Amino acid sequence: MNWTWVANHLPALPEALLLVGTCVLMIADARSADRRLGYWIAQATLLACFVATLWVLDVSDGRKYYIFSNLFVADTLAHLLKATCYLAVSTALVYSRQYLLDRGLLRGEFMSLLLFSLLGMMILISANSFLTVYLGLELMSLCLYALVALNRDSPQATEAAMKYFVLGALSSGLLLYGMSMIYGATGTLTIPEIAEHIQPLTGNASDKTFLVFGLVFMMAGVAFKIGVVPFHMWIPDVYHGAPTPVTLVIGSGPKIAAFAMAVRLLVNGLPALAADWQQMLALLAILSIALGNITAIAQSNLKRMLAYSAIANMGFMLLGLLSGMVDGNWLNREEAYAASLFYIIVYAIMTVGAFGILLLLSRAGFECEQLDDMRGLNRRSPWYALMMMILMLSLAGLPPTVGFYAKLVVLSAAVNAGWIWLAVAAVILSVVGAYYYLRVVKLMYFDDPADAAPVTGGIGARVLMSANGLAVLVFGLFPGGLMALCAVAIATL
Amino acid sequence: MLLSLAIWIPIAAGLVVLAMGGDRRAPLQRWIALAGALLGFLVTIPLYTGFDTQDAGFQFTQQILWIERFSIYYHLGVDGISVLFVLLNSFITLLVVGASWSQVESRVGQYNASFLILSGLLNGVFSALDAVLFYVFFEATLIPMFIIIGIWGGPNRVYAAVKFFLYTLAGSLLMLVALLYLYNASGGSFAILDWHKLPLTLAAQTLLFFGFLFAFAVKVPMWPVHTWLPDAHTEAPTGGSVVLAAILLKLGAYGFVRFTLPILPDASKDLAWLMIALSLIAVAYIGVVALVQTDMKKLIAYSSISHMGFVTLGFFVFNSYGVEGGLVQMISHGFVSAALFLCVGVLYDRMHTRMIADYGGVVNTMPKFAALMMLFAMANAGLPATSGFVGEFMVIMGAMQASFWLALVAATTLIWGAAYTLWMYKRVIFGAVANDRVAALQDLNARELAVLGLLAAAVLFMGVYPLPFTEVMHASVNELLRHVAASKL
Repeated sequence: MNWTWVANHLPALPEALLLVGTCVLMIADARSADRRLGYWIAQATLLACFVATLWVLDVSDGRKYYIFSNLFVADTLAHLLKATCYLAVSTALVYSRQYLLDRGLLRGEFMSLLLFSLLGMMILISANSFLTVYLGLELMSLCLYALVALNRDSPQATEAAMKYFVLGALSSGLLLYGMSMIYGATGTLTIPEIAEHIQPLTGNASDKTFLVFGLVFMMAGVAFKIGVVPFHMWIPDVYHGAPTPVTLVIGSGPKIAAFAMAVRLLVNGLPALAADWQQMLALLAILSIALGNITAIAQSNLKRMLAYSAIANMGFMLLGLLSGMVDGNWLNREEAYAASLFYIIVYAIMTVGAFGILLLLSRAGFECEQLDDMRGLNRRSPWYALMMMILMLSLAGLPPTVGFYAKLVVLSAAVNAGWIWLAVAAVILSVVGAYYYLRVVKLMYFDDPADAAPVTGGIGARVLMSANGLAVLVFGLFPGGLMALCAVAIATL
Repeated sequence: MLLSLAIWIPIAAGLVVLAMGGDRRAPLQRWIALAGALLGFLVTIPLYTGFDTQDAGFQFTQQILWIERFSIYYHLGVDGISVLFVLLNSFITLLVVGASWSQVESRVGQYNASFLILSGLLNGVFSALDAVLFYVFFEATLIPMFIIIGIWGGPNRVYAAVKFFLYTLAGSLLMLVALLYLYNASGGSFAILDWHKLPLTLAAQTLLFFGFLFAFAVKVPMWPVHTWLPDAHTEAPTGGSVVLAAILLKLGAYGFVRFTLPILPDASKDLAWLMIALSLIAVAYIGVVALVQTDMKKLIAYSSISHMGFVTLGFFVFNSYGVEGGLVQMISHGFVSAALFLCVGVLYDRMHTRMIADYGGVVNTMPKFAALMMLFAMANAGLPATSGFVGEFMVIMGAMQASFWLALVAATTLIWGAAYTLWMYKRVIFGAVANDRVAALQDLNARELAVLGLLAAAVLFMGVYPLPFTEVMHASVNELLRHVAASKL
């Protein structure tokens, strides 16, 4: 065995561990009658990946590694995003354990699909070539399509999976089409090389038109995965139709991966076209914030409401991503991308918590997914009502929760870059958004409960739920550490 | 350190009360809340006794680096303008906790905790010297107030709570953009004092002025963005109305003196006509609106808008009478409006109606109450020897220095104020006993007497001897005016 080769490829250790863990899980699940075994193997694998990532992060000390013939990059951003993904998936598992047990869904398929999907996210996060981007994207998405349809007796879930699959395939096609054009123009698939080769081409008007044409298609693919207007149609249906644990996963990990995809493709790959894609992102951002916030008001289903909230929040996240370059200079680069990174991580924490509450309130034979199901929660369980209130206020961007700082940093980046009209429009629309988050608070605190059943759920889920809610508050009081971490990750980009 | 204590003692007490859980422990929760409020008030007293009235700068400062990446500091301090509000707030909180002792029966812990946390946050607003810290406290105050109105309010509470929340949020988010612009323009500083020195073009100042105006005008509230206030006041429980009128409204006016005037002096002077016009509309027009109200709480709410119009008028005539008068008026209104809402609360607890028409001849059954309410009604009308007179007189003097006609319109408030307050008083208190329920009324109990008595003493003391209040603010106000006089262009 060639030990040098192994040593050189150690930055991919988390991926290797995850793959091994998932294979073990599948074998164990096939041989063991105990359904819970898979759960523990999955959690152990995630823990191992987390430790491995921290170790790689520590050893690499801010250096970047390009491995597998430049197909794969391991930098601080990748480690940070991967660690967030493990946490999100692991938390999702804890929250959904009881729910899945009650419905007989806690099976090997769920676990292995989930972990393979995570592997896809990790590959996407570390992608350094158009090929790896596509590979990671498809691995992630195919597993998610299957996960949405996991509850095969539910027509709603099947319909959602079908929609997700058809639209997802279409967007992958668009992405590939755009990539092929860029490849045709530059003659390479490796992202840093594209950035080099593209620079001289932008001077020529006809070359530039061709590149922007390709960019538009790539942008459509990216926008679909992030889930912003006008490529958002799948989000409400999929969020609504999928089993809540799967919605939780779709709402957190893949968003992080899609953010990474946007950074790799646009920031790393096409900085020469920044003036063009920033304009496009501005349009996507404002449309998403507007449509997401306004449509969410009309929803009576909490999962759909959170879906529109996701669209609006992703619009906010883009505010940072579109502020990196100002009039041809990149002075605002670190602040802007660090702001988006901060936003996406904070959003993942909040959305995991919000769906976690839904899972906690669901029980055998009862799905908590209507807004009315939140009625009078303060009477039934003041503690979880408080947690949900913190999460809702954080999503609305109110201090002293961390959601406020997320909005603060992206708005600051946008104002810094001179996008003042965009910032003003965004804050006015976020007042509209505050209304539907407040309605949840209103239902929990001001109305009488519709049913008096106590809040059950496993001890692990309850402890983690409390930690999740408090984290939103504690990061809201002391956001400095997480911000600094994001800044470091972007500085080494 | 003292300011930190004034902020965090009430919040900590609130969390303790909250952690105690349901209503089984209600009596103990009340005592802990009272202890927390009292302790919170006691720590603010050294702020006054130890205050150096010659020093125009910030005192009792404390500065700790909070968020390094954006150089945001946990920076506290008070000057002559803000120190009195910290005291007022802690004092009012004490009264509110006392006043709700036997009125609130359900979810006592959450009720008291909301007020204590609100009190700490409000102290934070008045003492924050870092813009982000200010904004965090400013916005966070919405949450407890939203809960207070929404849970313990009247029949239309949800509408009022949501309206209150969205109105204020809309205003303050525009301010956030203004703060971010200033952060950017000052080269990365959120320190309010740095911004005081920051040169800005007139165009930038004008835009920023409107950014701040939306936030503060909604809070004050100024005509025409005042419509949330009557709803919020009528639906809020008594304690909520008291804190809303006495303290929360002051945040907007305080914002004008802390941000708008010193940071944007040229735009302020340029747009003073607008501010004065809006203030006069509030004073005169809203005064007339108050006259026709049939609901006591609504009447006092409109009267508050009218009185706050006086405050903003005083600020934008740019002389020391005007600004000091405005500040004195804020303090006085804090006492008087709190007292009037408590009076309505006393009646409401017994009769469960706020309609003027349901009352009449209350003096026959509640003489002690009638006497105290008489004092507060007079103070609201601006009778000399009550606190209401001092501020209004000073503002009219200030307006007179600016223009006779300004002063004339402003002075109509003395007529309208007397008309609506005393007419309401007459209909409620005097006359024949209106119905059996009025005939069965019980006069004030010892607790109510203590709460209203304390306020009566404050109103009279401030009316007869305002010097302890004005001497504190003198140096800071002069410094502010000097600063405003110098152009930043």
